[in-house]
Amino acid sequence: MKKFAKIDKERLLLGIAAPVLAVVAAFVVTSLVLLATGKEPFQAFQIMASYGLKSDSQVYILNKATTYYLAGLAVAIGFRMNLFNIGVDGQYRLAAFFAAVVGGMVNLPGILEIPLIVIVSMLVGAMWAGIAGLLKVTRGVSEVIATIMLNSIATAIIAYLLQPGMLANLNSNTNSVQTTLLPKSGWFFTLTPNPAAGPIEGFIVVALLAGVGYWFVLSRTRFGFDLRTVGQSESAAEASGVNVKRMIVTSMLISGAVAGLVGMPALLNEAHQYSTEFPTGIGFTGIAVALLGRNHPVGIAIGALLWGFLDRTSNWLEFNGYDKEIVGVIQGVIVLSVVIAYEVVRRYGVGRQQRRVGEQLAAAARAQGQQQEVAA
Amino acid sequence: MRRVTTLAAAGIAAALAITATACGASSTQSGSSSTSSSSASGGLKIGIAYDVGGRGDHSFNDSAGRGLDKAIKDFGGTAKELTALNTDTESDREQRLSDLATAGYNPVVAVGFAYANAVQAEAAKFPNTTFGIVDSVVPGKNVDSMTFATPDSSYLAGVAAALKSKTGHIGFIGGVDNELIKGFQAGFQQGVKATKPGDVVSAQYLSTGSDLSGFSSPDEGKAAAEGMLSRGIDVIYSAAGSSGTGSIEAVHDHPGAWAIGVDSDQYQEPGLAQYKSSILTSAVKNVDVSVYDLIKSVKNGKPLTGNNTYGLADGGVSLATSGGFINDIEPQLQAVEQKIINGQIKVSSQP
Repeated sequence: MKKFAKIDKERLLLGIAAPVLAVVAAFVVTSLVLLATGKEPFQAFQIMASYGLKSDSQVYILNKATTYYLAGLAVAIGFRMNLFNIGVDGQYRLAAFFAAVVGGMVNLPGILEIPLIVIVSMLVGAMWAGIAGLLKVTRGVSEVIATIMLNSIATAIIAYLLQPGMLANLNSNTNSVQTTLLPKSGWFFTLTPNPAAGPIEGFIVVALLAGVGYWFVLSRTRFGFDLRTVGQSESAAEASGVNVKRMIVTSMLISGAVAGLVGMPALLNEAHQYSTEFPTGIGFTGIAVALLGRNHPVGIAIGALLWGFLDRTSNWLEFNGYDKEIVGVIQGVIVLSVVIAYEVVRRYGVGRQQRRVGEQLAAAARAQGQQQEVAA
Repeated sequence: MRRVTTLAAAGIAAALAITATACGASSTQSGSSSTSSSSASGGLKIGIAYDVGGRGDHSFNDSAGRGLDKAIKDFGGTAKELTALNTDTESDREQRLSDLATAGYNPVVAVGFAYANAVQAEAAKFPNTTFGIVDSVVPGKNVDSMTFATPDSSYLAGVAAALKSKTGHIGFIGGVDNELIKGFQAGFQQGVKATKPGDVVSAQYLSTGSDLSGFSSPDEGKAAAEGMLSRGIDVIYSAAGSSGTGSIEAVHDHPGAWAIGVDSDQYQEPGLAQYKSSILTSAVKNVDVSVYDLIKSVKNGKPLTGNNTYGLADGGVSLATSGGFINDIEPQLQAVEQKIINGQIKVSSQP
């Protein structure tokens, strides 16, 4: 039992080593870029740190991280099964759009209104991701290609329906095209522990529950075991009686349903309607966050918080005369070095394991040799 | 796995601890000291928040930037320029404006209708700062809403196109099919039809909805224009940001065909100098004038507020004449312009 704990600790260390290495590498590369452009890197990092720790920045980061965390979870579910769901972006936008339309049409008490909106969103997200899953199992279409194309199709569908006279209205004052505003009962609660810092979006609670659910399903249920098995070896899973095709469709459906939650903080907590200004591209951030977090529920949370922090400070860097693109460089380098660092750490881990096994075998052989000598 | 749960619990606890206390000063609190110091120095501090693309889009944002540059040249002072991202949420836009207002920038100019709600929210929080918003009408005592009668200038462009087309087949290329660009199409079509009822206008948009790539894809603009030219269209009006440069390039390869530019007087654009012999005219939208006006009014202590529409009458929108290609039809154009100003011609903003 003691031995297991020891191995676990080592695995944990190795697990943490990769993302930490990646973040450090990102800061080194960014420093070089800043130096090359004739700017002082440490001052930039100091600006980021001091601004990012302000109380209103904390609230902003938590709010941003809520959305990113959900996006990271949606991507991670696919990753755990070796499915690359690039389509989270289209899934959450389409889902949020239809949820906003349905929410704007009915006016129920909050206890019904909010679940209705969330369920519509999850269903639409699941359906949209499910198309890619079905295409994969019936026609062998790579889910990467299918989801990328579904992203574009989602953009086109929303553009078609988000027009005055279709499912949206034109605000002639602001020139913005938007769905009907959700009734007040459809607005999610907010927490305001410090008025100067602004409200924390209540959807953070849902994100935390989703994280716990993700952890529970993957590591505590048979379904989660099957899912991880398929991810590690499809043929082995098939041989042990797992219906791989069904697993693919199911996990795409779940991934899409979680993607349906991604747009909810923006819809229920912020804008209360879907408009031409609805944030786009969060699905791709989710991929980076899931990669950084190694598909681990806590890791994804850390990745999401880091991304929120970088977003927050990018605005302030621009304000202080740095190019805000520098944060794009940091984020890009993190993603690149995460991939490299994982490989480096994995090889190191494997090498270490091999050495240890070799030593153990040698020791066993020696012991056996001694025993034989004694016997002789 | 128990370790994971404890870790998760610790992480959540830490997050909650941060939120519960929301410790430390907020950025607005610490910024207030700089507000007073800056107003003491007396220099004009202009904050500007650009739409996606920012400076260098050869179009909308650049036009606002020109107004800012001119104002700084004339009145002195400093400027802080921030730029939007596609992933922006409402809170990002609000933060951008609030950062500027907190640091004592006045006026704070928001370029593009995406900022409408953010301006409304922040204008209420900073009653002593003047906010400007382009292409939107926002209520508020300290808000200058700058809107442009672009359908009117597009109508004139349509008249010019109809008079210059030999084939009677005219093209319109829009960047993104949003309401603003549809207004360009509506005015243009109406202008063509009113001049030559038998002429045909073909409209094409480069991208739809939230996909804003149509404003920044010269290759797609070029492909669309080539398609139109091959179908016998000989005058093409592009309201498509920098994609329009591709369209102008394609038109230049077809002798006898004309391109109509947008937003800036594209005949004068240095980047387009080699194609200028094909640029018939441009439907100019003088965002720079409105931005300059606002800064000037703040400088003079009488900030502009309310809805300020820039139209044909005050030169806020106009049809460019550089190149002299429309000199021969100038009397007709002027007559139509007068009728629009008088209200005799009602220009629609819906195609």
